[in-house]
Amino acid sequence: MSRFSAVVARDVRLALRQGGGSYWTLMFFILTVTLFPLGVGPDLALLSRIGSGVLWVVALLAALLSLDRLFQADYEDGSLELLALAPLPLELTVLAKVLAHWLTTGLPVTLLAPLMGAMLAIEPAAYPTLMVAMLLGTPVLSLVGSIGAALTVGIRRGGVLLSLLVMPLYVPALIFGALAVEATLEGLSPRPHLLLLGADLLVALALTPWGAAAALRLNLE
Amino acid sequence: MRWADSARVRRVVLQIHQMPDTFAATGLACIRGERIVFEHLDFEVAAGGALLLRGPNGAGKSTLLRLCAAFLQPAAGELTWNGRPIQADLDDHRNRLAWVGHLDAVKPAFTVEDNIAFWAALAPPRPMTLTPSEYLQPMGLAHLADLPAAYLSAGQRRRLNLSRLAVAAGSLWLLDEPTSSLDDASTNALMTMIEIHRDAGGMAVIATHQDLPLENARTLRIGAP
Repeated sequence: MSRFSAVVARDVRLALRQGGGSYWTLMFFILTVTLFPLGVGPDLALLSRIGSGVLWVVALLAALLSLDRLFQADYEDGSLELLALAPLPLELTVLAKVLAHWLTTGLPVTLLAPLMGAMLAIEPAAYPTLMVAMLLGTPVLSLVGSIGAALTVGIRRGGVLLSLLVMPLYVPALIFGALAVEATLEGLSPRPHLLLLGADLLVALALTPWGAAAALRLNLE
Repeated sequence: MRWADSARVRRVVLQIHQMPDTFAATGLACIRGERIVFEHLDFEVAAGGALLLRGPNGAGKSTLLRLCAAFLQPAAGELTWNGRPIQADLDDHRNRLAWVGHLDAVKPAFTVEDNIAFWAALAPPRPMTLTPSEYLQPMGLAHLADLPAAYLSAGQRRRLNLSRLAVAAGSLWLLDEPTSSLDDASTNALMTMIEIHRDAGGMAVIATHQDLPLENARTLRIGAP
């Protein structure tokens, strides 16, 4: 357990240091969401209708933007070899790095969501649903993305390939995340959508560390 | 402070080896990219032994080290520890390794001490451990502990990487070109480290192009005609 938290703490510190890219990802999220009111125009009805979808798509892009460095930095400087030899099973190392990634991208995005929601004229009544949905959905983005990041770790400019690989797997989180907010806005219960989002998270949590660890071992050969 | 002078550091290295271990390969073959890198390779390293891997570039020295670390599986033959195949208990095998590859695994954003502290936190459980700054002593980096690793020279980065040897405190050291970009004093410090490790019953497999002044070291030529 102490080894697990050592990896989490190290990755969080690396992400927050200059060049770690966590702040840039957040700035990307904020700026891209800001572009929509500017591009679509001040039509509040239209904005609030597309608002939750926009938030989810941009959150997804922000996650993709930072995911390609999830294992690549460690791969390039030789740390990944040492992590693979360490007593902590590689699957747990993957999980620790994913947790650190979520803490530095998914969690801040979730916390910023109401603010960005206001910019998109989403009803404040839907903010609690929005945040719960983001809290359940953003870890899925980090978890599923870890498989893509592990597969493309040895490829320079693997970021585009990574996006192509994991985007189809992001679709369930995107659909149910946006639907939960929409249901709340229409006065329906968001519960079924949130439950499905939770199921998506559990499946990702149970399967992706194995897949990512296997892909990393292959790349270390 | 030199490695040999530090009694506490010495004790940490001495704690691990109780039994006369043997690390051996029989009929080892490796295929990379549909090309046979080497085949029919045999060697044996006994407790306290050192094996120098020599050969031209591309002969497969690093590949053999990767086989020893079980990153790769041999196409034929097997590697054994005390007669048992290393694949039989991989976790045990990894716990007895200290790996220094040709990459330095140094995070420029962290200080020298933070770099070594992370690997110490991740190391296999040992009865006796040291503080991070003590681990920096053998390779003469203790005075740079608070310096961000981004400012280290290539040789200093290598020394930081080699400082991990005491952290892992494994009984089998796998070193890939450990003396590259080291100055004479640091090379001597490393030789002292290896000799103490061997005195304690540890073993080392070292890929090198240099004539390392190690006593009773066996040489395995790979790719030689």
